[in-house]
Amino acid sequence: MGTTGSHSTPDAAEFCRALLDPAAATPAGLTGPDGRTAPKRFNVYRNNVIVSLCDALAQSFLAVGALLGEDYFRALARAFVLEHPPESPVLLWYGGEFAEFIENFPPLGAYPYLADVARLEWAWLQSYHAADAAPLDPGALGALAPEAVGEVRFGLHPATRMITSPWAIWDLVRLNRFAPDPQEALDPARAQSVLVSRPELDVNVLLLRPGGDVFLGALMRGAGLGEAAGLALEQCAHFNLSECLSDCLSNGAFSGLQLDR
Amino acid sequence: MPAELKSQERARTGADIPARAGAGLKADHVAAILETRADIGFFEVHAENYMGAGGPPHRQLEAIRERYPLSLHGVGLSIGGEGALDREHLGRLAELNRRYEPGLFSEHLAWSTHDTVYYNDLLPVPYDRATLDRVCDHIDQVQETVGRRMLLENPSTYIAFAHSTMNELEFLTEITRRTGCGLLLDVNNVFVSSTNHARSPEAYLDDFPMEAVGEIHLGGHAPDLDDEGRPLLIDAHDRAVDAAVWRLYECVIRRHGAVPTLIEWDNDVPCWDVLFAQAEEADRILARASSARLRQAG
Repeated sequence: MGTTGSHSTPDAAEFCRALLDPAAATPAGLTGPDGRTAPKRFNVYRNNVIVSLCDALAQSFLAVGALLGEDYFRALARAFVLEHPPESPVLLWYGGEFAEFIENFPPLGAYPYLADVARLEWAWLQSYHAADAAPLDPGALGALAPEAVGEVRFGLHPATRMITSPWAIWDLVRLNRFAPDPQEALDPARAQSVLVSRPELDVNVLLLRPGGDVFLGALMRGAGLGEAAGLALEQCAHFNLSECLSDCLSNGAFSGLQLDR
Repeated sequence: MPAELKSQERARTGADIPARAGAGLKADHVAAILETRADIGFFEVHAENYMGAGGPPHRQLEAIRERYPLSLHGVGLSIGGEGALDREHLGRLAELNRRYEPGLFSEHLAWSTHDTVYYNDLLPVPYDRATLDRVCDHIDQVQETVGRRMLLENPSTYIAFAHSTMNELEFLTEITRRTGCGLLLDVNNVFVSSTNHARSPEAYLDDFPMEAVGEIHLGGHAPDLDDEGRPLLIDAHDRAVDAAVWRLYECVIRRHGAVPTLIEWDNDVPCWDVLFAQAEEADRILARASSARLRQAG
């Protein structure tokens, strides 16, 4: 098989179309040592591209991989790579659309929690690579005049993320990535919200207490402490301000505070 | 680039890196390296792995850089690409050079980006006049932006372009002449490409412009077969250096003297001891060659 060496020049666009389309013919003018076109040789490049990008996703989304099993994950990753190839040579930043892709992937409709699992793993990765910064000293609030505390706003630490979900995302990620425990029963249908932070070297994931998502969400949007606490109480009668605030401070969610007035 | 900068940079290239063996740095090895205070010439990192803003990767690299010479190896700049270089990416490379002051800085004769898509592989370029002009322009731009001389690595390839008008050595030699860049001689790539294109690796190495070489790479490859059932070697970096590659390497070192030599092992990465043993093997070859040359000189 194969034609002898044509002298037409495959340009990069033609090369690329064939790279991402397994059904496409090998571009003409690419040959083995005998001058014949060489599909198997071209397939080395196709394989390198797809496999290395699927590997990158597998390293970033370990819990999604454990939940789906390797074969299914690789088929899913392959479909994602073909639809969303990377747009930067920095693969640390590859996979930001993976959660949304999973959410809209009809065969996974029976596993509605998977997209939020991917969101949490993406948040973990962003936190891991975020800029370093000193966390706010938890004692800083105590130095404020009591009447000023309600007005205080917090500067967010660069590594801080929050993921809220109607599913048990922390249990799902913990048991499928960080601390597998076959004895522990897992019920995905429990709402969980987590704070992801990295005050020093290690990324922390903290399960937020009731109302903590409303409270921290408001602070992250720039609300004052009093306003955020009021919103959380409105939506959750069990909200405990001192516990939730202490969780955020001891996990290094903030890097500074300011008083507007 | 201006001639003045070229000569100044030529003197500095490799100054920081001894003519010894080094190893590609893997995050999983850092603790063992620091704990055992590994006696090794240098470490090399893929630049793209350190382009995050902060976190553990930079802490680890700072700890390594404090104790060892460092070589910075880019894998994503797409110097052989049809389009313009990604200025943001070039800026990130310049920033890493400023931050870590590596003794060597290298990239590949290959492309990986087209339009907006990054393909994450070192794709081949045709060896013709238009590509030569473009690659030289890109290397000029890199050396001007980063402010130093770079090394360009010879590729491993699986296909040839029927319309190439030069061979790889003519192409590489002309690049060094026009840009003043140095070369990173990957001996495994020489063996892989020579096998894949039914050429003699010895003849290729005989003609290689060694005066431009600032570093050597050694790595493992995986055997396969091509469409016609002939050997097709894949540059997989997933195993120890092949015996045939060690032999070629020893010939190069015996003839041309010691050159900083990196062991690459990027997939199926073994424990640190196994990778370190490969570096020690390269060090033994370098030491043998040095003592033989001393005897000859005496």
